[in-house]
Amino acid sequence: MHMFLKSLKAMGLAAMMALPAAQMSTAAAETKSEFKVCWSIYVGWMPWGYLQDSGIMKKWADKYDISVDIVQINDYVESINQYTAGGYDGCSMTNMDALSIPAGGGVDTTALIVGDFSNGNDGIVLKDKAALADIKGQNVNLVELSVSHYLLARALEGAGMSERDVTVVNTSDADMVAAYSTPDVTSVVTWNPLLSEIEAMPGSTKVFDSSKIPGEIIDVMMVNTETLADNPDFGKALTGAWYEVMGLLAAEDATALEAMATASGTDVAGFKAQLATTKMFYTPADAVAFTQDAQLPLTTKFVAEFLFDKGILGEGAPSPEFVGVAFPDGSIYGDAQNVKLRFDATYMQMAADGAL
Amino acid sequence: MRIINRRPSRFSGFFLAAIPFIAVVVVYMIASRQRLAENPADKLLPSFQSMGSAFWRMAFEPDRRSGDYLLWLDTLDSLWRLGIGMAIATALALVIGLLIGFIPHVRSALAPFVATFSLIPPITILPILFIVFGLGEAAKVALIVAGTAPVMIRSTAQAVMTIPREMIIKAETLGASVWQMLTRLVLPQTLPGLINSIRLALVPAWIFLISAEAIASTTGLGYRIFLVRRYLAMDVILPYVIWITLLAFILDRLLLVISRRAFPWFHLNGESL
Repeated sequence: MHMFLKSLKAMGLAAMMALPAAQMSTAAAETKSEFKVCWSIYVGWMPWGYLQDSGIMKKWADKYDISVDIVQINDYVESINQYTAGGYDGCSMTNMDALSIPAGGGVDTTALIVGDFSNGNDGIVLKDKAALADIKGQNVNLVELSVSHYLLARALEGAGMSERDVTVVNTSDADMVAAYSTPDVTSVVTWNPLLSEIEAMPGSTKVFDSSKIPGEIIDVMMVNTETLADNPDFGKALTGAWYEVMGLLAAEDATALEAMATASGTDVAGFKAQLATTKMFYTPADAVAFTQDAQLPLTTKFVAEFLFDKGILGEGAPSPEFVGVAFPDGSIYGDAQNVKLRFDATYMQMAADGAL
Repeated sequence: MRIINRRPSRFSGFFLAAIPFIAVVVVYMIASRQRLAENPADKLLPSFQSMGSAFWRMAFEPDRRSGDYLLWLDTLDSLWRLGIGMAIATALALVIGLLIGFIPHVRSALAPFVATFSLIPPITILPILFIVFGLGEAAKVALIVAGTAPVMIRSTAQAVMTIPREMIIKAETLGASVWQMLTRLVLPQTLPGLINSIRLALVPAWIFLISAEAIASTTGLGYRIFLVRRYLAMDVILPYVIWITLLAFILDRLLLVISRRAFPWFHLNGESL
């Protein structure tokens, strides 16, 4: 008997080691009542932390008789990877990363809540130089293949240059500020709050920022399409809770602002300064209008071409149109047979109509 | 016969060694197959075919953007950094380690400092390394040196101190100067221990190399892994990990062979791993 139990234990152990990877992916389908979404530190995503801490998420989840856990992950890329691997039902990310990581990885993903777009939160800073044209021939330190890289490509394109005119040096965002203080580094592309810190150093000039390409770097709560289709209550609870906090933010609710400022390691004034370079969609109606705008397919085309050009869509991708992207009006960019990213205004519209 | 006295034959020894490797491969294949059955585009656990083709692409097809053969470029740059870093660390270990081990005044002066310094996790003082060495190759090499040299110095000094006292007294009786004792007695006695400490230091050296390349770089094995991690390209990452493991294994075996050839007397007492 003892021996039998022992071998049973051993078998269980072996199975446990083999299975978690497989199990994670089965979490996607069917109706369920417990959901997990993840987010990482960024000015436009701080409300997610507040949603969890303030109990507003729980209130809305209770209303639909489900439970939603909002988890903060310290590494942005890792949070997206976790979502893509099936560990989470949703995750906050940019439109660009949604297209390259989950959608490019075959995980059908829906943009549930379009939260904001970067309106100066990402920028190019040169040391002891005044104009974007001076970037020619320089080493540019940035997180390669990130929105910073995209911003650089768009900036160079606008100035009649291409990436061949500079040397891109991949630099971790965690070390960006320290890197910039060394003499070798003369230009960086980064995002807030690092951007404002670097800009404040002597001799630094911001020569380009995302306010010159408004609406192209979009921050979205992305959720698994299948999970959402099987569990509309999940989408309703998340959307309802989000716009309650948006209301608080728009009204400059002191408690909410204070909590989010502290969580992002600054004070209320600093947090407000970051919000100023972020175009938040405080009302669902604004977000719906943005999502339905004819500009979005055009942006998607830019982004897809950038990703394809850099080989990020995967080697199996024969063209930028390899992954299909669906828009609210039913139009599709790219391969209609392989739609993996969907901009869907349904739930935001419900919030706008007060139907949640 | 008791199990501790039963030795596997050459064939069954090989077979036993293969079992854990095969087990890992089988578990991977099952998990990968399950995930791919649900989502054919899954990136987390790619099939062996897609890893193979990714490896082929990295090794034998020029990169679309730069025209370089990325795997060889990365390997060459990484091995260069590793080699320079280990060479400097070895030279430091040899010089400082011999002095600490052989000359009591130097030991009093430096041993506590080296012991303290070796406890600082080098990653935590990265910003200082940046300011001092810049962001180029020097900083990466410095990180490897800072991470490996202190421990190597300590183990070299220890190797010197374990030289039988009688041998040193004998040399002194024969009228050897300090320099003669260093070059003719201490150095040859310490070299096999030094090779051993290089082998052990290669483990942290690889870790520091990969993390240095993750921080600011344009080439290298670590750079590539952290770059493609941005889009979860496990089909590139896993072959790279296997490649790094293979390189590390070959380096380790090479050092063992050198040690056995050059210092057969050191390997007289039985087997070593």
